[in-house]
Order: sequence, then C-alpha cells, then structure tokens
Amino acid sequence: MEKRVTFSRWSIGILFAVPQLILIFTFFYWPAGQAVYWSLTLQQPWGGGNIWVGLDNFRSILSNADYWNSITASLTFAGISTGLAMVIALVLATLTDRQLAGSRLYRVVLIWPYGIAAPALAMAFRFILAPEAGFMAVVNQVWPGFWDPGLDGTDAMASIIVAFSWKYVGYNFIFFLAALQAIPRSLIEAAAMDGSGVIRRFWDIQFPLITPTIFFLLVINITESFQDSFGIVDIMTSGGPANATNLMVYKIYSDGFRGLDYSGAAAQSIILMLLIIVLTIFQFRFIERRVHYR
Amino acid sequence: MASITIRDVYKSYAKMQVVHGVNLDITSGEFVVILGPSGCGKSTLLRMIAGLEEISGGTIAIDGTVVNKLEPRERGCAMVFQNYALYPHMSVAQNIGYSLKVAGVPTAERTQRIQAVARILELEQLLDRKPMALSGGQRQRVAMGRAMIREPKVFLFDEPLSNLDAKLRVQMRSEIRKLHRRLNATSVFVTHDQVEAMTLADRLVVMNGGRVEQVGTPGEIYSLPASRFVATFVGAPAMNMLEGKVVLDGLSLLGGSRRLAVSRAGLPVGTKVAVGIRPEAVRLVAPGTPGALNATVDLVEELGAGRVVYVDLDGAAFSVMTSEAVHPAPGSAVGLQFSEADLHFFSSETGSRLDVFKASVPVPAL
Repeated sequence: MEKRVTFSRWSIGILFAVPQLILIFTFFYWPAGQAVYWSLTLQQPWGGGNIWVGLDNFRSILSNADYWNSITASLTFAGISTGLAMVIALVLATLTDRQLAGSRLYRVVLIWPYGIAAPALAMAFRFILAPEAGFMAVVNQVWPGFWDPGLDGTDAMASIIVAFSWKYVGYNFIFFLAALQAIPRSLIEAAAMDGSGVIRRFWDIQFPLITPTIFFLLVINITESFQDSFGIVDIMTSGGPANATNLMVYKIYSDGFRGLDYSGAAAQSIILMLLIIVLTIFQFRFIERRVHYR
Repeated sequence: MASITIRDVYKSYAKMQVVHGVNLDITSGEFVVILGPSGCGKSTLLRMIAGLEEISGGTIAIDGTVVNKLEPRERGCAMVFQNYALYPHMSVAQNIGYSLKVAGVPTAERTQRIQAVARILELEQLLDRKPMALSGGQRQRVAMGRAMIREPKVFLFDEPLSNLDAKLRVQMRSEIRKLHRRLNATSVFVTHDQVEAMTLADRLVVMNGGRVEQVGTPGEIYSLPASRFVATFVGAPAMNMLEGKVVLDGLSLLGGSRRLAVSRAGLPVGTKVAVGIRPEAVRLVAPGTPGALNATVDLVEELGAGRVVYVDLDGAAFSVMTSEAVHPAPGSAVGLQFSEADLHFFSSETGSRLDVFKASVPVPAL
C-alpha cells in the first residue's frame, strides 16, 4: 500500500490548491462563463450593452449552411490528420524500437517539430507546398495544374493536414517509443520462441500492450486538431479557398474579429466546446473498453 | 527428444568476448544444468541454443542439424524465462495456447491440448484468469505449460525458480524433476543456485568467466572438483582453501606456521599449491590431539541439525561443519582433524586440480 500524505485540517489542503484554482478560474471558468453569457445575448459591436436573445444565436448558426460546412471540414481535418499522425508515428516508433544506433538522437530530433509554433511551421509549409516555387512545383511541372491549394479546396485541406500531422508525428512518436520500450524484452522473445514472426508479434503482443498509450494519444490528437489548427489555417489558407478549410476554430475567429459578430462567435465556441466534450466522452465510453491496462 | 552438440561456441559483443569456446554434448533425454556465478555466460549460452542471441563463432547442432542460422521457431526449443514472460493481456488458456494459435492449429484441437496440459499442471481452475491474478508458483506453472504444449524437442530453463520464495522453490524443483521424468525431453537448465543444480541435474556443467570449468554428475563435481573455482563454488559452506608449499616431508601451510605430513608423490619441492578441504570433512577434536591442527573458535552458526564452527587458523578463516553436539565457546581452542583422502590440491598458478597426491583415486569417464 502506498503511503499518502494527509493534512490534519482540510483548510490547509485548500490553501495549497488555491493558486491553481485561481488560475483555472481566471483563465477557464470565467472566460467560458462569459462566452456562455455572450452566446445568449446580442453584443453591440461598438459597445452599449447586451440584449438578451435566448437561443437565437444558436438557431441562426445551426441554420447556416456555411457553419455545417465548417463542421464537416473540421471533422474531416481531425479524422485524417489524427490518423496520419498516429499511424506514421507508430510505424517510426516500431522501427526505432528495434534498437537502432543513435535512437537517443532520434528522440530529441523528433520532438522538435512539436516545439515549433504553429504559425512558424505553417509558414515553412506554405513555402514547401507553394504551387509555383516549392517542392510541389516539380510535380506541377510534370502534371500541369495538378497542385494548387489557392484554387482547389481539396489541395488546401491536404496542405493543412500535412502541416498539422508533421507537427504531431514527433509528439506521438515519443509516446509510442516510450510505450514500446516499456514492454519487457522477454515477452517479445517468448513470442518468438512460440513461433510468432515480427508482424504477428506486433499485432498479438506489442499492439495490445500499448493500447493505453494509443488511447491517450487519440484523445489528445483529436482535441488538439480542433484547437491547435488555428495558426496553421490562418497562415496557410485563411480558411479558403471558398471556405474549404474554414475549420470551426478559424471560423470563430473570422466571424468574431473580422465579421465583428461577437455573439455568433461566442455561440460557435460553445458548440465547439460541446463537440469536443462529446467526442471525448464517446472515446472514453466506447474505445477505452478495449484498452488493456497493466 | 533430441541431442544437442555444441562445438567451439563463442560469443562476443562489440568489444567484449563473453563466451570463450564452449564444447558440450548433451544426449537425448538428458537433464543438464549449467551452473555458474552471474555474468559467467551461462544465460548467453542458453540463449544461443534458443536462437535469441546470435552465435559469434562455432556451431550448435540440435539432432545433428546445425541451427546457427535458424530462427528460434525453427529450432524446436521451448523456453521458460526467469520472469515467466507471460503475456499480460491474455488469459492463462490463451497464454498456453498461443504457440498453437500461431501454428494454425484448429480451435477444437487447441482447446483439447490446453486442457490436457492444464490437467498435468493442475491449472484447470485458472484457465480464464489473467496472469496478474496468479501467484508466483501458478505463473511459473503457466510458463511451464506454455513450453510443454508445443511438445518441443528441447526444454530450456533460464533461472526459472529464482523469483520464487524458498519453500515454493523446493516444491517447483521437484515438480520440474517429475515432469522431466514423465516427458523425458532433453532439458537445459541454467541457474546460479548450487542446491538447485545438484538436485536437478543428470549432469552438471560448471561455468566461470565464459568457460566451462567442469562437466560431470553432481557427485563427481562435488567429490572431484576439477579446479579451485569449482571446489569453492560448489558446496555450502564453501570448501576451505589454504595456501601451501611442497616441502621435503609433506606440505608447509600458511607461510610455514603449520605442516601437514602428506605424501608428495611427484611434485618437486617448492611447488606452490592450494589445499582444499570441505567443512564437512573436518572433525573437531580436543586441542593438542596429536596430528591435529590447533585453532581458535570465532563464531558458531546453529543450523538445527548441525552447526558451522568458524575458526581462526593463524589469521586464515576456516569453517567446520559438524553434526555432533559440540558447542565450543568463541575464543576457545579446538583441534582440527582430517584424513589425507579428503584433501584436494590445486595448482596455485593455474587453479587446476593436481591429483598427484591421490594416485589411487580413479578418474571417472565423462
């Protein structure tokens, strides 16, 4: 039994928790509460008080085809980029787990992309994926008109997915590698003695044993793909062309601060928050059941 | 059922050589125990037989087929690991049946064979449990079951009992012995525990520093150790070792303070030797008894059935194992008596056995 430190009086415990509580209140509950309030009122763009309008903001948003388009784009983005980032990272980590020389260096190098601010990496990818000058210009040379994220919505979506996945591959890789290395070597050897080949061993032994990590990364990746995508979209596509990459988080910004529809933007952020909450609950309810904790 | 032939096998990692040219023949159905201190290369040797470790040089053949380049699964060996290595996410039945599943054995036959193995190992009630919910002894049995179900040609054991408590270890030891008698499969068992080694082995291989020191039955190893290392490693308490020199009328011990009148057949005067005598071969007598060495008692360890008396012999530590009801007080004087036949002589330089003193003892064929 683990020994726990206990406080003789509950007030001392509360005292220790107070700094954190103040932080969470100031930067989460208060703004979130404000957003809920704004979403139920109509804000004057130049000040002058709020008018209570009930659920009118939500009604007008949800009856807007642009908004549904934005939800679809966000879900597409979240699904594909999470899938890409996790699968690529898992493949890299599995290969690295076979103790290549210099794997320590990999670990450091591969965490770097995660440390780069989204707008900075978006700028880099904007150059890399530019149809007229970058890497894709070579492809366009061979198939003229093949690639143009400025005109083609699918190309634009692909660009931001690539940029986002690149950032999270490194992050996921670190966790996957740590999880794989935590599997006792003798388990793999026992499976080898039992006649299991490399691929079979991965699916029968390693994969089930890293499911806690896979689940954790799934939750984090999906949540982050709804939130951390803002900087990438802003720099690379600004939501265009023709709203093809107008993800929910970007639409909140553009409607609120460009369109000066504070109340509508507040309502959108409430919807985004609810969507993430629902998705996370869904993952815990239905996917966590398949996780083997050791 | 298979024989294993090991020829000039060595193993080296980047800079270090850990196994230096091992030769060993294991006959079909034999239970061979490899005994040695940690780091002596015994596990590495076992893992080379299993195919988990690449063989740097020499050959290993199972049933006449050289297996150097074969994958573990193609060698027909099953292994029981020190930490059992049970798959934590699978039930006991799935753990035992995994090799059959990989081999594509139909479910019905698989279930039947799992049941059969579980019956032998008394695991029938536990088949649905996860390894987490098992005790150490039960896990050990599951690991054995996983090895057994494949009906392998060779069983390999890598210190499988060292994680168990003392009582369970004795119990599992006899279970392994019984199991071997029943299956009669060639078994190689690696351990650093000499009691385990002595009780289990048909034949014992003592290793040290990546080399085989001696191969023989437990009895041979105990009574005729081939080197100073084997002599002190096998037997508890360890064999007493005194430095000496051959003189005209026998042996001079401990820098000349004591003398033993032994026949020195063949050895030139001045040869430096180490003289060994087992604690259980020494008798405690009254101090001053003619022919006995006088010593001072340091400490008495009570073992119940007997006791170990540690004495001081001019600064050299010496132990005596006695079952007599003597309780000498620390600090008191005692005499030590032993017969010449119980002495073992080893070269001070090479550590190898010198049998010149006991020409009449036959050297057993290995």
